[in-house]
Amino acid sequence: MRWINTRPNRGAQLALMLLPFVLLVAAYAAGSAARLAENANDKLLPGLTGFADAVNRLAFLPDARTGDYLLWSDTAASLIRLFAGLGISTVTALLIGMAIGMLPYLRALLAPFVAAVSMVPPLALLPILFIVMGLGEASKIALITIGVAPTMIRDLALKALELPREQIVKAETLGGSSWQIALRVVLPQILPRLVTCVRLQLGPAWLFLIAAEAISSDSGLGYRIFLVRRYLSMDVIFPYVVWITLLAVLTNFVLDRIRIAVFPWSELEKQ
Amino acid sequence: MSELIIDSVWKEYGDQIVLENVSLTVASRAFVALVGPSGCGKSTFLRMLLGQERPTRGTILLDGEPLPAEPGPDRGVVFQRYSVFPHLTVLGNVLLGKELMASKFKARLFGQARRSAIDEARQLITEVGLSGAETKYPAQLSGGMQQRLALAQALIMKPKVLLLDEPFGALDPGIRAEIHTLMKRLWNETRMTVVMVTHDMREAFTLATRVVAFERPRDRPEEKERYGATITRDISIWPPRRAGELSHFSPDRDGPVVLQGPRRDDPSSSPSGVR
Repeated sequence: MRWINTRPNRGAQLALMLLPFVLLVAAYAAGSAARLAENANDKLLPGLTGFADAVNRLAFLPDARTGDYLLWSDTAASLIRLFAGLGISTVTALLIGMAIGMLPYLRALLAPFVAAVSMVPPLALLPILFIVMGLGEASKIALITIGVAPTMIRDLALKALELPREQIVKAETLGGSSWQIALRVVLPQILPRLVTCVRLQLGPAWLFLIAAEAISSDSGLGYRIFLVRRYLSMDVIFPYVVWITLLAVLTNFVLDRIRIAVFPWSELEKQ
Repeated sequence: MSELIIDSVWKEYGDQIVLENVSLTVASRAFVALVGPSGCGKSTFLRMLLGQERPTRGTILLDGEPLPAEPGPDRGVVFQRYSVFPHLTVLGNVLLGKELMASKFKARLFGQARRSAIDEARQLITEVGLSGAETKYPAQLSGGMQQRLALAQALIMKPKVLLLDEPFGALDPGIRAEIHTLMKRLWNETRMTVVMVTHDMREAFTLATRVVAFERPRDRPEEKERYGATITRDISIWPPRRAGELSHFSPDRDGPVVLQGPRRDDPSSSPSGVR
């Protein structure tokens, strides 16, 4: 049988799915054990007990100086920034993206501008944001928005343009005005794509968040990682990275479930 | 009344002449089939009647009034594809026209108004043989059912003119025959003029009261750009068909038709349940 026609059964699929994760953990454990055997105080690849200690200290014991449970307070601080940034981007993208997709005049006005702005490297703007908006929350949220919104706007505008012309004409023959067509025909068909768009932008959004927190902050997951870097605290950095990944994966999964639950037809269309 | 008068209409795209000097008067409640080879401008002509495109020269009058420059509720349309909205259920699709007409800002109906609109929509859904499928999404319907849905959706507006752009071209023959019966019945019962573009001669002669052929009189490669297509044949069906009247000659062929029972294109009515 040709390779392209062989398919794994359910059990094999599960095993294959888990394999890379298991391999990664095993490789780490082997490396860590080898280094610890040579030097019991090695800090680069701490053993699993080291992680357990660090996680216990950060998540379940109050910090000696502030009395906060650091993992949770960091998570809260980061998530607020992340979702504020993503929320602002989503609303902006929806409004401007739809306008560009539907109205030829606004398309002529805004499409080239947005295309140009989306090419500006957001991290290069970070110093400007810090200077103009200060070192507080506003500049971090602004960085995420600037980094994520232009791409989302372009994606949604494309999606709105992709709607078959026939549908728009049909809506016109049903007596729809521009506003009504936007509300009842274009918007509902764009929303599932918007959810997917947010999912795809989760990665970049986290990138900009960590970058902003690394440079200036007093809390947050990115702040913590860059703080303990000075003490070579790999036992803290690794769990934090895993935690961030887990949060991103979970958000991604939940958003997709929400899309399927709220827009059941968008799943039917795929088949 | 819904009489269409097309007076010496030309359509050019830049240097290319697509249609030249097309004149046609379509009587009220007629059923005109436009036939002709691919690329001869039938669909362009239909889009001009729809208001999606404007003639380069010439005028189109509907009931003596010049046609508005954009599509509107007086002219319904069914395309070969993409005629229904994938995000609305069958009921939602039929209801949409009512909602857009009645509610200017929210484009939704509530309470009593919604209930009476739903009643009207359900009646039309039954009429096209889709009752029982009200809560389904178009992706769950077969191609034939989608086209019948598109018809119901257009008909709830009670348009003066119904424009059909190869609406049944993608359906297989058995289903096409059924939908022809439905189409004939709808045309007999509603007060509208129908203009249909089709590739299928049989379809044209089965349904129409008049078959109009578009052709390029000069079709040599070096002439193609500068000479457009025009009307070369205009055939009235004999014995004549008239909307809502029983034909004396062959009532089963030309008269109003009665149709009952499940349709062949309904996946849930086939014995295996799958298509």
